[in-house]
Amino acid sequence: MSIYDFIFYLFAAITIVSGLMVVSSGNIVRSAFYLLATLFGISGLYVLLGADFVAVTQIMVYIGGILILLLFGVMLTSDITHIEIKKGKVAVLPAVVGVGVLLGSITSIMMKTNWKIELSKIQQTTTYDLGKLLITDYVLIFELLGILLLIAMIGAASMARRDDK
Amino acid sequence: MFEVGLTHYLVVSSFLFAFGIYAILVRKNAILVLMGIELVLNAANINFVAFSRYGNFGLNGQLIALFVIILAAAEAAIALAIVLNIYKTFGHVNVDEIDNLKE
Repeated sequence: MSIYDFIFYLFAAITIVSGLMVVSSGNIVRSAFYLLATLFGISGLYVLLGADFVAVTQIMVYIGGILILLLFGVMLTSDITHIEIKKGKVAVLPAVVGVGVLLGSITSIMMKTNWKIELSKIQQTTTYDLGKLLITDYVLIFELLGILLLIAMIGAASMARRDDK
Repeated sequence: MFEVGLTHYLVVSSFLFAFGIYAILVRKNAILVLMGIELVLNAANINFVAFSRYGNFGLNGQLIALFVIILAAAEAAIALAIVLNIYKTFGHVNVDEIDNLKE
């Protein structure tokens, strides 16, 4: 087992175990912090796949942005000084069965399929080429995403500050 | 078997996908449902990046993963604004008890 494999199993274990804790933990604040570990493990997997820019973006946007946003949401909508934080679950048994079947079938498909593997070259750094792709092949999507983000931010701000008179 | 290849990444991502679906189905709190959605999006992202590495598609997969991250940010902002409004209206964010669009 090479060092690469060892690091992969380490990050995969972090990701899966904390992912399981996110969905099973009774305390919503704990769930948020386990989500932090999950996102961190995923960004480690990106590094192992040679995607350095995506990994850094994952940490900056997900951990620095979305997770903080979720924590704010938790603090604004739950009484976290209270012992009993909303931890209710509905229909656990059917969901466990259904998700188990789903997981089993996806995993077996992934393992049984004969993937045509053709390793792409690992680049020293992907940022330059990603930036070039972004302003050539994907320039329309790039601009549209900019507009979408602007609309989303305006919409979120106006929705959250709505005065009910 | 223990040599890490494409399949390993795909299996990790299918685990995350299943956990996310479980959270969306089972949890009552709207914010936990949102966390489940983030898990599902991340599972898709792992697949994109893994296929980009093992399928010789250049950097297209990584770029699409970046687009998904941007969409997730927009989605989280909008969803939290909606959740805050729900909290203002109902005093809780249990998605199984919310059956009105207005008071």
